Amino acid sequence: MRELIDGSAAIVRGALDAGCDFFAGYPITPASPILMQLLRELPKVGGVAIQAEDEIASIGMCIGATLAGRRALTATSGPGLSLYSENIGLAIMGEVPLVIVDVQRLGPATGGATTVGQGDVQFVRWGTGGGYPVIALAPSNVQECYSLTRRAFDLAERFRCPVFLLTDKELDMTATTVEIERYERPPVRAREVLAGVARSAAGAADASVAIADPPPYRYEPADRVSPVAQYGGDTLVRFTGSTHDERALITKAPAKVAALNEHLRAKIEEHADEIELVESDLDAGARTLFVAYGVTAGALREAVDRLRHEGRAVSALIVKSLWPVPERALRTALLDVDRVVVAELNHGQYRREIERLAQGLEVRGVNRVDGELITPEELMEAAR
Amino acid sequence: MTTATTVTPLATYRNRTPYPFCPGCGHGAILDHLNAALVKLALDPRHVVIVSDIGCSGLSDQYFATSAFHGLHGRSITYATGIKLARPDLKVIVVMGDGGTGIGGAHLLGAARRNIGITVLVFNNFNFGMTGGQHSTTTPPGAVTTTTPGGNLERPLDICATVAVNGAGYVWRGTSFDKDLAERIADAVRAECFALLDIWELCTAYFVPSNHASKKTLATTLDDLGLKGGLLERGEHPEYAAAYRAEAERVRGKPVAGPRAIEPAFRSTLDRPFRLVVAGSAGGKVRSAARLVAEAAMLADLWVAQRDDYPITVKTGHSISERVLSPREVRYTGISRPDVLLAVSEEGLAKCARQLAAMNAGDRVYVLAGIEPPPTRAQVTTIDPASAELKLGGGRVVLFALSQVLRDLGFLPLVALEAAARRYPEYAEENLATIRAALAVAR
Ligand SMILES: Cc1ncc(C[n+]2csc(CCOP(=O)(O)OP(=O)(O)O)c2C)c(N)n1
Ligand code: SF4
Ligand SMILES: [Mg+2]
Repeated sequence: MRELIDGSAAIVRGALDAGCDFFAGYPITPASPILMQLLRELPKVGGVAIQAEDEIASIGMCIGATLAGRRALTATSGPGLSLYSENIGLAIMGEVPLVIVDVQRLGPATGGATTVGQGDVQFVRWGTGGGYPVIALAPSNVQECYSLTRRAFDLAERFRCPVFLLTDKELDMTATTVEIERYERPPVRAREVLAGVARSAAGAADASVAIADPPPYRYEPADRVSPVAQYGGDTLVRFTGSTHDERALITKAPAKVAALNEHLRAKIEEHADEIELVESDLDAGARTLFVAYGVTAGALREAVDRLRHEGRAVSALIVKSLWPVPERALRTALLDVDRVVVAELNHGQYRREIERLAQGLEVRGVNRVDGELITPEELMEAAR
Repeated sequence: MTTATTVTPLATYRNRTPYPFCPGCGHGAILDHLNAALVKLALDPRHVVIVSDIGCSGLSDQYFATSAFHGLHGRSITYATGIKLARPDLKVIVVMGDGGTGIGGAHLLGAARRNIGITVLVFNNFNFGMTGGQHSTTTPPGAVTTTTPGGNLERPLDICATVAVNGAGYVWRGTSFDKDLAERIADAVRAECFALLDIWELCTAYFVPSNHASKKTLATTLDDLGLKGGLLERGEHPEYAAAYRAEAERVRGKPVAGPRAIEPAFRSTLDRPFRLVVAGSAGGKVRSAARLVAEAAMLADLWVAQRDDYPITVKTGHSISERVLSPREVRYTGISRPDVLLAVSEEGLAKCARQLAAMNAGDRVYVLAGIEPPPTRAQVTTIDPASAELKLGGGRVVLFALSQVLRDLGFLPLVALEAAARRYPEYAEENLATIRAALAVAR
């Protein structure tokens, strides 16, 4: 059976199937369809959805709700993502599982509200102070808007961090035929919640007991991810965006500060292989490797087909986990080629990552920032 | 979710850590009253969340044996709102400075207007203590701060009047010296609405020395500004989290929107991707007619991409619908060169100039009678809605034209278009009549 569906509806369905029960957002094209649909759907399943006064409040409400036991989603586009910035840092610091959809439009600033772009690729990676790792997934078609939304919710719980779903105007607002049976349904894990140690409420008034037991965070070993301490459960919960120790008490002690910050790095970077998601279509005889992601991957699939039809050997790698960079898969794909072509709707943001890994190879970009899609023909041309 | 417990009232909700504030700072006094209020309320400390803002006042949560949230400057109300919406049974108490009410002004208004059930204690010391005594939104006129060396020139924000006039259910103003402050805080928490207490106090490090401020000047400033103290508002409007739940109850359990499956029932002879562009104007039913073509294609076992372009001001300007129809999955959804361009308005046609320029001899352009056929290599055909045996309203012209185009092209059976039209019962009769009228016109 087939349906005609756009990326927004697929993301909404993916979120509902992943158990999302909280949404806060602020209207912005092309992300508004997600807001409007969830405002309608979430109350039906006991969830809460709200249009907040601005994007800062949207992500703030999501963070609060998550710590009170909800699975939260928010969705915006470049201008709104700019307003999320400081709270993205808070979610990283306080280790808040959260899914953030960035439906990219052409920037900078107001840019083109109904114009496609892929200009936020490095912005999601470095979009908040401090420089800590985040996870970002990029669906390459409507079907993947569904499955990667589920995956994003799963990764958010696994690593206790904000996970970006990077889509764009074209994916979210262009409907395509999807074979309903072909939706992949990656499992979404349940949240691990910190359990309290039996003690009377009276005991809670004692500082040493109330705060020290059980600590909401553990940084030893550095990549360890702790269960989430949730408000209204059987523990007292401390949460802070300031540099803190395992009890969430503010500290400046260098050893404790280092342990926290190393933990925030290690829990993600040392598990990059778990996050890595690519579509490798490698041809042993190919001299050229194409790399693309998101909506641009559609043109690449088409171009590869046609080139092979013409008898040309080409390889293609579609990156679905943009951050952390799927280095293992990329290094394998780079082994036997002389040339890499990176196609993206920006001035070459992801190409930088490929250049880093493809030392000694010729790396070139196919780029557009005119609000139009990169065509299969342009990619075929680049293969010559 | 909640663990039921019998709560033993606590002797104190403070932990043993001493406050970090400067000697004489009003913050400690207010926190002692907050503690006394919690003792009066006898709440389970796990069900109390103190959400602190940033500033010296923002340090407060660490000294309480309740749950706590310490987030970003000015945003405490947003986290508190999220917590309350998720768990309306929790008591959520925001502790913020006057600085927070400035940078987070939009949240103050949003929360008041929703009358969300959180309690906000404003530790109002007329300046930014933590960052070195700069002026805030509440600094009185003429007051000297590190950023108003010649005296403040801005008018202070009347926090209470602002939230009161915008829907806050409970508004009170007083000072850290008030004997009944604990009872006030307890009363505000019990009120289960957006309750704000504007608590005036002294920053002994900055505001006091530069303005000779004292307990006494708090009272004179109040008079000078023409403001009032005490309970200023006690409204009974519905609280948001409760109102949301009551509203949600009405749709609870209703099925969420699922896939609207389209089962192939016809066959198409199309053997390659086909790109159709319909160029018209707002209000012309371009999108809905083109949608029927997309669904007809799916009913005929084809794969489709459906892309609509129109200005943000939806009721005016162009309306372009692009449809890719293909015997296999459509991977690339763009159309740089259409196989067919149907122009139903000059404005739409103008928008498609680049696509038109790319069209070749084998491609086809259809224009409605009256539209100047553009210079093109493609074969141009004129469609005349006046040839229809029935009078077509403006909204039916596009479907009329599309039916004729599909008949010309021949790869998509028109019964599929009729079947697509039947999927929308409300418009089915009119749409079917339009399709039939188109087919009745001789070729
Ligand atoms: C976004 C942002 N801008 C600036 C700061 C720096 N900052 C920290 S506290 C503060 C003002 C605090 O004043 P107030 O809210 O009145 O609290 P007080 O220290 O007087 O208790 C500022 C501006 C910050 N933390 N975050
Ligand atoms: S600087 Fe001012 S507000 Fe901060 S602790 Fe000292 S007296 Fe209190
Ligand atoms: Mg202050």
